[in-house]
Amino acid sequence: MVGARALGGRMLRLYLPLAFFLVAMLFPFYWMAITSIKPNRELYNARIMPLIVHQPVLKHYIDLFEQTNFLTWTYNTMLVAVVTTVISLVLGTMMAYPLARLQFPGAAVVAIGVAATYLVPQPLLFIPMADIINRLNLGNTLSAVMLTYPTLLVPFCAWLLMGYFKSVPRELEEAARIDGASRFQAMLRVVLPLCTPGLLSAGIFAFTLAQNEFLYALIFLTKSEVRTVPVGAITELIRGDVFYWGQLMAAALLGSIPVAVIYSFFVDYYVAGLTAGSVKS
Amino acid sequence: MAVGPASIARPAPLAGRALRRRSLLEREGVFSWLMLAPGVLFLLAFVAYPFFYGIFLSLQERRVAAAGTFVGLANFAALMHEPVFWQVAKNTFVYTIVATILKMVGGLGMALVMNQHFRGRNLARAFLLLPFIVPTVLSTVAWMWILDPTFSVINWTLLNTGLVKQNFSWLGNATLAMVSIIVVNTWRGLPFYGITLLAGLQTIPPDLYEAAAIDGATLTQRFWYITMPVLKPILIIVTMFSVIFTFSDFQLPYVLTHGGPANATHLFATWAFDIGMSGGQLGMGAAVALAMLPALALLIVVLTLYLRRD
Repeated sequence: MVGARALGGRMLRLYLPLAFFLVAMLFPFYWMAITSIKPNRELYNARIMPLIVHQPVLKHYIDLFEQTNFLTWTYNTMLVAVVTTVISLVLGTMMAYPLARLQFPGAAVVAIGVAATYLVPQPLLFIPMADIINRLNLGNTLSAVMLTYPTLLVPFCAWLLMGYFKSVPRELEEAARIDGASRFQAMLRVVLPLCTPGLLSAGIFAFTLAQNEFLYALIFLTKSEVRTVPVGAITELIRGDVFYWGQLMAAALLGSIPVAVIYSFFVDYYVAGLTAGSVKS
Repeated sequence: MAVGPASIARPAPLAGRALRRRSLLEREGVFSWLMLAPGVLFLLAFVAYPFFYGIFLSLQERRVAAAGTFVGLANFAALMHEPVFWQVAKNTFVYTIVATILKMVGGLGMALVMNQHFRGRNLARAFLLLPFIVPTVLSTVAWMWILDPTFSVINWTLLNTGLVKQNFSWLGNATLAMVSIIVVNTWRGLPFYGITLLAGLQTIPPDLYEAAAIDGATLTQRFWYITMPVLKPILIIVTMFSVIFTFSDFQLPYVLTHGGPANATHLFATWAFDIGMSGGQLGMGAAVALAMLPALALLIVVLTLYLRRD
């Protein structure tokens, strides 16, 4: 029996560890989902077997929509994520293009600056930023986060796109320029279309980062109507010592779905963006 | 081939001034800086300026909505004599070091498992990366319920399999709370290591392993002499990234433990938030945040240079 031994080896090297990783990585999402449809008498009874739902209810979802501004939070989150992604892609492209393809005085300084700003973590900046946003009178406006999220996203997009822009052969651009295209036209019509995968990677990555942002939103958005999903959930579904667990889970699940769906369509681009900095193939 | 007037026509020669304006725009230096200007100005205004303004704030005694007074290094001197500061520093280092090791080892394991051929591999990869893409705060909410003192599913499982007699207070006990935030951070960051290292593994041509096997190299030898040299540069970059963002982590401990119990899980970022935002002491808060700078600056400089090398 050759097969049995091979299967045993494969079990040990592949199926068992794979199952372990899948269960470990996905269990919290399963837990989120089933908690959101458990009635309170199941949630708060330690003697009932908790791994499955005995009598599923949609009460928490209904409460979430009726008693909180969840739809507004979702709208805010989406609007901010889309706007900041577009801003960051445009500014990132404009920075990456000359850095990747042209020679000009100051290029090295700007390139180092972009890499360094990408690596400066938000907690180093949030206190002065809070004061600046206050002075600009932008507290409790979505503009506050639309203005600050790109500080995280622009350097990332620029840095990711530089790699893609470098890969386009110079001859293509030169041919277009001989045919009378200006530098700008050559970029727009020749180089950018060839870098569509890079733009998609940067866009999808920026979008998920914008959805994930919490610190600036927590500080700048203190009125319910302007909150994003993460801030709304944490500040309004946890009141003092009272946790609205069912609604919290419903909000967490619904808040995760848009990112997960968009991600599922572009997994390969996302992975390409993730690995672009470190893996040279 | 498009046949028509468009493909035959050449742009008409530009006249006088238009030509001069255009040729100016065509110069590499002018064009480059026009393209760069918006982004550079934006980053100067909203990254560089806040950074230096933060240093300025840290030298002041400054409350929200009040004028500050210059106090020199008094905030930093006060921190040096504050036991909580040293506790926070220790927490941050423990959190970063332990979580990084776990993510590295676990991620390497995940990459090696995923580098085998099996049906549904792409689907598995997409699922395994989910913890990394779902907004941290939302997944941490699920973990809060998993670690709930009374209704924890972990406790339920341990009690019902007879492994323990009593509930663990996962977030209420100082050591267990630290274990908890490390576990959740590892859970979220491990796929980043795993999938990135997997991409590295996939650049190794299979015949390299075959040739080594024919020459009599053992599995361990093949791992250390073929796999590791390829993974090493990737591992270095991924680890430095991960260390920077773990060291300065805010979301996860803020949501899961709020730094408690009794400061046991406060990191620099959450403590700076408590002092600067909740407590309204902007100057002292900025000083706490800047306390991260020496370690971070070292990492940022090394990684920036490393990234620039190619």
